[in-house]
Amino acid sequence: MSHRSLVRALAVVAVGSVATIGLAACSSSTSTASDDPNAKVTLTVGLFGTFGFKEAGLYDQYMKLHPNVTIKEDDVEQSADYWTRLKTRLASGSGLDDVQGIEIGFVSDVVTNHANQFVDFAALPEAASLKSSFYDWKWQQASTSGGKTLGLGTDAGPEAICYRPDLLKAAGLPSDGATLATRWATWQDYLDFGKQYESSKTKPAGSHFVDSAASIFSTAVYQGNEAYDNAQGKPDAANSDGVKNAWNYASQAAQAKLTAGLQQFATPWNKAFSNGAFATIACPTWMMGYIQSQAGPTGSGTWSVAPVLPGGATNWGGSWLGVPKASKHQKAAEQLVEWLTSKQQEVTMWTQGGHWPSNSQAAADPAVQGATSDYFSKAPVGQIFSGIADKMKIPPIGLYDTQIQQAFTTQLTNVETKGTDPNKAFNDALDAVKQVTG
Amino acid sequence: MAVLTEAVPARRRRRTLPGSRAAYGYIAPFFLVFLAFSLYPWLDTAWVSLHNVRLTTYHQQQWVGLANYRNLFTNKFFYNALRNTVTIGIISTVPQLCLALGIAHLLNYRLRGRTFFRVAMLMPYATSLAAATVIFLQLFDKDLGIVNWFLAELHLPRLDWQGSKWPSQVAVSAIVTWRWTGYNALIYLAGMQAIDNSLYEAAAIDGASRWQQFRHVTVPGLRPTILFTIVVSTIGAAQLFGEPLLYHNGLPDGGTSNQYQTLGLLMYQQGWTNDRLGLASATAWTMFVIIVLAVAANLWLSRRREHRSSIPVAAAAPVAASTMEVTR
Repeated sequence: MSHRSLVRALAVVAVGSVATIGLAACSSSTSTASDDPNAKVTLTVGLFGTFGFKEAGLYDQYMKLHPNVTIKEDDVEQSADYWTRLKTRLASGSGLDDVQGIEIGFVSDVVTNHANQFVDFAALPEAASLKSSFYDWKWQQASTSGGKTLGLGTDAGPEAICYRPDLLKAAGLPSDGATLATRWATWQDYLDFGKQYESSKTKPAGSHFVDSAASIFSTAVYQGNEAYDNAQGKPDAANSDGVKNAWNYASQAAQAKLTAGLQQFATPWNKAFSNGAFATIACPTWMMGYIQSQAGPTGSGTWSVAPVLPGGATNWGGSWLGVPKASKHQKAAEQLVEWLTSKQQEVTMWTQGGHWPSNSQAAADPAVQGATSDYFSKAPVGQIFSGIADKMKIPPIGLYDTQIQQAFTTQLTNVETKGTDPNKAFNDALDAVKQVTG
Repeated sequence: MAVLTEAVPARRRRRTLPGSRAAYGYIAPFFLVFLAFSLYPWLDTAWVSLHNVRLTTYHQQQWVGLANYRNLFTNKFFYNALRNTVTIGIISTVPQLCLALGIAHLLNYRLRGRTFFRVAMLMPYATSLAAATVIFLQLFDKDLGIVNWFLAELHLPRLDWQGSKWPSQVAVSAIVTWRWTGYNALIYLAGMQAIDNSLYEAAAIDGASRWQQFRHVTVPGLRPTILFTIVVSTIGAAQLFGEPLLYHNGLPDGGTSNQYQTLGLLMYQQGWTNDRLGLASATAWTMFVIIVLAVAANLWLSRRREHRSSIPVAAAAPVAASTMEVTR
């Protein structure tokens, strides 16, 4: 037994003492101060963007349950900046928080390059019950090939289509979810429907069918057997079925002028949620919150969600919480992570913050399934997204998915707005990808 | 050096030492900071540029010799960024300095509310770059911007100030020009006030017009100041970063076709977005050499015109070295 695993064995004994009072006396001799479950600890939680734990009152609830624990959140606005900072801290081994958020954009990097720097949840005594509470793909994405699991899932991003019923109606097209589900079963169906929208004489002037070609691409690429990595786990966008199909549909949409030609997350795109510049958008659960924040209270009732994703169910986005081994309060941090990602808390996160649970037991809860959204024209969003989440097919994710996707969607903007030839744009994207992969 | 100290008598040398020791003490804080935050990063950047390094695997640096430089000099993204840096540099610096000179000349006259104008002129310099760029983005908006509205009023074609190459470079240059013209004008104004008034009086007696006074008294008197602003603007242009970054929503690609990606942005993209610190360091060092060459060319040109020059080359080098800090 190596030194490291001896330490872990002792730690396991210590965590057992938390659950079973009878054992506490035996293990107290081996416990250090930080293992004492009642010692005062301050846990720092490093996150990016808006995770929503604080807003949903979960920290307060936890601190009430554990009066010795104080939680401090340390939030960075942009996930890219957060990841650079986290990488710097992992390299220097200092400044790490007790809990660190891990996004889907860099979970693969954490698994590949930092497996030894995060606590392995699969090695905990309760590992089996933890594993069974999450969607299997969610558990696997944060696990190494050797079976270490470096984080527990917070939210997931099952996708549907969000749309403006008023715009579709104005164009003389069907606008009820049930009909759209049959009319948008495949991307080809969706594009054909879009052509009808564009050729309508009665659609609002200046409006387009879909926000951007990127919306189609970023979704369809994860419907393939492969996305940006090949079966050997090496980036190989040029030969991926997902990339090929996604590019095909997205560039078709761009060339047929079905898109508003907006760059996602730029200011004009943000404004377009309220001014009706487009009628549909690929819509992971978190996008609903984004639409609400951009379209504001006056936009309530103008949007709805169709119970369908053209081309088959898949996921966009989502995060995990991990505990760096550098944390001085590993046990307390593990407990917090387990609690925050447990069934009851993920139910709360969905009903109060719109974050779809990656905890499959939470997703099966009636409170989640039965949720409807007043903002989205009373759409039965719980039922819609659980139907999609259950069928999701998830190809492996790679080290550079974020940057590679950016390269492709940037070139799609050129096809949309400058009329660049799709073949040239595709090759330009591959050139840019090569700058990332080296 | 050794020969010189040998020549100094021992007694005198002892007497001068305490004083010079104190002097070292006084300048030490600067040099310590310089060592820690300029020289060390600068040398370390050189070392990193010879390795394959990603931040995520920082401790597994792999020696690759000059491969990063070879990669860079055969890389179309590098040449694109180099060209853009030069063209944006010219489009922004030339009108900026000409405007500044003209404004300074006007402000040098006795005007009502002169102090107000002088302060107002410096306002863009004091404005937050992010806020300014947001405003410029709206002015240059393709569909709703006031610039295109004017063009339409004048029956000129509307331009895509974001997507098209030259309009976007002009727009980025406009932000730079707007921001720095007042600053340069103030420097010129200070230079002008140092010119002896009797020269103007003598010129006026000889019948020189205002324009002739400007050309034959002001400009020659300002030559050292002009050289200084050219050197500083050249360095600034070579390192241009914030304006084009914010002009594309904080993305370092300089537009969807890299149409206004500067060397500074390319370096940032390589280092932070693409996580290739070795390549980014090679870019940083290449930029440093380019800046030193550009500054040396400036000085050489001005020396050729006139034998004495007020700015030593050495003064420009530390400024250029600050490029290096961006990568670390």
